[in-house]
Amino acid sequence: MIPAAFDYVRAGSIAEAVELLAEHGDEAKLIAGGHSLLPMMKLRLAFPSVLIDVGRVAEASYIRVEDEIVAIGALTRHAVVAASPELAANAPLLARAAGLVGDPQVRNRGTIGGSLAHADPAADLPAAVLASDAVLVAAGPAGRREIPAGEFFTGYYETALSPQEVLLEVRVPMTGPSGWHYEKFTRRANDWAIVAVAVVAGRVALANMGSTPLRATAVEAALRGGADVAEAARAAAEGTEPIGDLNADPEFRRHLARVLTRRSLQAAAG
Amino acid sequence: MQVEMTVNGRHRSDDVEPRMLLAHYLRDVCGLKATNIGCDTTSCGACTVHLDGESVKSCTVLAVQCEGNAVRTLEGLAEGDELHPVQAAFRREHALQCGFCTPGMVMAVAALLERNRQPSEEEIRQGLEGNICRCTGYHNIIRATQAAAEASA
Amino acid sequence: MTTARPGSILGTRVLRLEDPEFLTRGATYTEDLVDERLAGALRLTVVRAPIAHARITGIDTSAASAAPGCVAVFTADDLTELPSQPLAVPDYPADMAQPLLAGEIVRYVGEPVAAVLTDDRYRGEDVAELVEVDYEPLPVVIDPVEAASDTTLLFPGAGTNTCFAKAADHSDEPFERCEVVVEAEIVNQRVAVAPLEVRAAAAVWGADERLTIWVPNQGAQGTKSALVKMLGLDRDRVRVITPAVGGAFGAKFGADPEHALTGWLARRLGRPVTWVETRSENMVGMTHGRGQRQYVKLGGSRDGRVSAYRLHVLQEAGAYPRMGALLPSLTALMAPGVYDIETLQTSYQSVVTNTTPTGAYRGAGRPEATAAIERAMDLFAAEVGLDPAEVRRRNLLPPFTEPVRSKGGALYDSGDYQSALDRVLAAADYPALRAEQQRRRQNGAVKQLGIGLSVYVEITGGGSESGPPSENATVEVHPDGSATILTGTSPHGQGHVTVWAMLASEQLGIPMERITVRWGDTDLVPRGGGTGGSRSLQQGGAAVRQAAIELVELAKQRAAEALEANPDDLELDLANAGVAVRGVPGSGLSFAQLAEQEPLKIHTVFSAAGATYPFGAHVAVTEVDTETGQAELLRLIAVDDAGTVINPLLAEGQRHGGLAQGAAQALLEEVGYDPDGNPITTTFATYPVLSATEVPSFELVASETPTSYNPLGAKGIGEAGTIGSTPAVQNSVVDALAHLGVRHIDMPTTAMRVWHAIRAAAGPASSDGEGHSH
Repeated sequence: MIPAAFDYVRAGSIAEAVELLAEHGDEAKLIAGGHSLLPMMKLRLAFPSVLIDVGRVAEASYIRVEDEIVAIGALTRHAVVAASPELAANAPLLARAAGLVGDPQVRNRGTIGGSLAHADPAADLPAAVLASDAVLVAAGPAGRREIPAGEFFTGYYETALSPQEVLLEVRVPMTGPSGWHYEKFTRRANDWAIVAVAVVAGRVALANMGSTPLRATAVEAALRGGADVAEAARAAAEGTEPIGDLNADPEFRRHLARVLTRRSLQAAAG
Repeated sequence: MQVEMTVNGRHRSDDVEPRMLLAHYLRDVCGLKATNIGCDTTSCGACTVHLDGESVKSCTVLAVQCEGNAVRTLEGLAEGDELHPVQAAFRREHALQCGFCTPGMVMAVAALLERNRQPSEEEIRQGLEGNICRCTGYHNIIRATQAAAEASA
Repeated sequence: MTTARPGSILGTRVLRLEDPEFLTRGATYTEDLVDERLAGALRLTVVRAPIAHARITGIDTSAASAAPGCVAVFTADDLTELPSQPLAVPDYPADMAQPLLAGEIVRYVGEPVAAVLTDDRYRGEDVAELVEVDYEPLPVVIDPVEAASDTTLLFPGAGTNTCFAKAADHSDEPFERCEVVVEAEIVNQRVAVAPLEVRAAAAVWGADERLTIWVPNQGAQGTKSALVKMLGLDRDRVRVITPAVGGAFGAKFGADPEHALTGWLARRLGRPVTWVETRSENMVGMTHGRGQRQYVKLGGSRDGRVSAYRLHVLQEAGAYPRMGALLPSLTALMAPGVYDIETLQTSYQSVVTNTTPTGAYRGAGRPEATAAIERAMDLFAAEVGLDPAEVRRRNLLPPFTEPVRSKGGALYDSGDYQSALDRVLAAADYPALRAEQQRRRQNGAVKQLGIGLSVYVEITGGGSESGPPSENATVEVHPDGSATILTGTSPHGQGHVTVWAMLASEQLGIPMERITVRWGDTDLVPRGGGTGGSRSLQQGGAAVRQAAIELVELAKQRAAEALEANPDDLELDLANAGVAVRGVPGSGLSFAQLAEQEPLKIHTVFSAAGATYPFGAHVAVTEVDTETGQAELLRLIAVDDAGTVINPLLAEGQRHGGLAQGAAQALLEEVGYDPDGNPITTTFATYPVLSATEVPSFELVASETPTSYNPLGAKGIGEAGTIGSTPAVQNSVVDALAHLGVRHIDMPTTAMRVWHAIRAAAGPASSDGEGHSH
């Protein structure tokens, strides 16, 4: 229950966070809301020797409507993302997914950047940004770098971020108030998804069907090819490698992916 | 390292280990024992307090993350002798039995009602998804929340 | 049975006296203790076995001992001057007692192996990580069927894995006579008790050579008796104090190895020692509940009349038998439930496995009995093609007010099962539910409706080995007019402070706010049965009432002397909290006055005629998504009759809590182990403790069939809700899919289990489960 000891430094800005990361190297981890990292540290599954707190970097907490894009600062809390009128109007899938992360207390602390950098394939926001074709902006020693969501999640708890990079912003294409759906199948309301499906603008992403969130490309291709929703959804499990755990064996997960994809597409079609 | 914050309206400055959890800071450094710890995976919500007015699980916040913030615990909820409507409603509706989840539950309900003044039963249940009670079956906690909403309307 | 007088406080919704403190400052649980006797306390952190079955080939404590903040490290070899540890139940094989720290062999993941003492709580985990233990793996046995084969023995010296059993020599003849026989193997799965407060202890060895130990428990006297045996101390050297307890549900009786360890260490080190486990430790270290394989066989005739029932229970004892291994005897006792069944055959076998020991959990053996017979009745109903309510109706014992001996051997005191069933069906509007179910079936709705029933009877307030059920109480009125009650019960949420004050106030006229209730300190209350088995009101409350009545008699005697009157001319004067000469206003003396010269105090023991048998009936309404398997509990309607209700507000709270825990077992909760004996549900993230979103608000129907066994007319309500709700909810999920050919789904009825059941019932040439047929 008690993390191993560590040193703690506060970053006053993203630039400072980048410097601190460079200074402390592999031994350091960033902490924002801490609701992905601290639970792991308390169980001693993670034990960085330095924590760099970026939680107070106000400049990185914002939601801005730009041209065709809603830009979300990486340190924006889930509760703020969930309640955002800008997102509700322009990219509601993100808001919905953020509103289903954990529980209200978790949403008051956790940040979108923290969740994405943590890259749990069962989490809500990775699937949502993947379906949204969002672009993630990282800040590092070499400056800013834009990483498409499709390239961001590289493995189980692994991202394309280098150890010296800090997630700065999530740029979400505006898709309007309709044509989207998020379906999260859980045992209890605040559990991680057994399987979740995010749909927007003809794109489908799955949570907890592999070591990263996955695009259901076969489904998308079928839809583009004119298949109806029910038919297209049958391909939802193609290309996935779901694990078996106490909640679901792989066969059941594949089945859920198909059912939930069909339902999500039907709901998105309105 | 040194950390300064306001706890239940009183300014504090203490020297703590970076790894000290806010829950332990409140209990062992500030001596405020009402906030309980019921799990180690941020699941049960017994440790819920208000941080700058928002409900948070104090077991998953480091004391050092609260520099300059205002923390409120159950002990700071009542205004002098006047019970907060949520405290009063919990008593009237028998929304506690062993009492262990209660401090966190009351703080969670108080925060819920500040965000949503007239929640439906479903909204209350969803809003309390982060708080576990083993004794009451939640039935009277829902009623108490509704009663407190009514009383504040 | 006494009827409350008009204007009585009994039977009214009195708010709890406990609550103002609980709601403003919080109650003081063991971890909250700030006591000068515990100043400078060392913190105990336990090193636990990470492997299910192994020989310890070496323990290296050198790194730990040298670590900053470490005061001491102990292993089994260091625990000198300890008696060999007692068995939880004398009937168990001698070899199977759990040591305080594992000696040569560890037998379950989580078994305590070493004790680390640090000055600072935070250092405890740091130092514990440095203790190096070498394990040589031994073959692991997790499955109770495999354990029963005795192929791998946990205790070679015992020669068997069986620790408690009643053999079966059942004749098949009663079933051969039956037109219809159903058989099933049913799992009543292992669950975690998971009270919100984990286990803890704080101990100090005083200069007076006595151990004072604070432990959250369900009876200080029982905890003391256990510790005395575990530590080899004389009874007068041990004082147990019970702080506020954050829930228990059966798992905080007696003492665990860690409690005794804390006490032993306090003496050895000459410093106070405190211990509070983490939730992860609790999930493997606290006893688990349930854990039965049930082999049922039910036979009867086509008209729905059941004539024979066989139940064999294979109980998981866990690695060291505790209370769990004994519980099948209660399951067998209550096996026939509310039914009039001509032939009952029961047997059971409790076996050790490399898992956490099992213990009591809300209902303790009786929920298992009800779950088995109620599942069997539904299987039988499906087989004969009759409505499950009708089948039950045809087999219920008729109403009775005089004791009736059941086929299981229990002496049921009073019951009207027919009425309970009728009333719950009426409250649920059963015909309308069936109509809705039919409509959805005809429409081929994706979300089907299931209606599940249970009718149950359970045993509460049974006696212990040392005689008939009884409890003691002391009531004293002080010269200032206040009163103190000492009780042998041990509340941990039930509200005894309020109800005992109600009962005394009723008899004495002293306002509740002036009555203090104390318990849980063995120096103050040396005898007591604690709180469990739903015994407290019917025995402890009855004792308080009896003590108050006897105090009034004493007061009359004393007043008669003082007034030079005949005691027979004195009567209770409630308005003035005293006694007065009949017909002479202003003649009286208050209890307070009568206490001025010498204490006005009564200690009494109330002996109950026997255990009592509350009963009830539940209806669960569930919606099952036939595509995903997700089951949602929509309604839970309950009749729970525990006789006279003294405080309906609190009785309802007990019912709510029981209903929720019962539903949780049916729908959601399950302790899991992998084949190597590694537990996979060790946190509240992986073990799905019921939250507010999985249950609806409950619909309670009031019902009071008094018992003649105590003057209150009360039976026990604490566990009843759990006993009825589990089978009602499980039955409702199966019922939702009955039209698809599903007959049984084991608990918890997770979406995955439901989906697999639907597919299995549909057979090999089935649809793909998504509404598409091939």
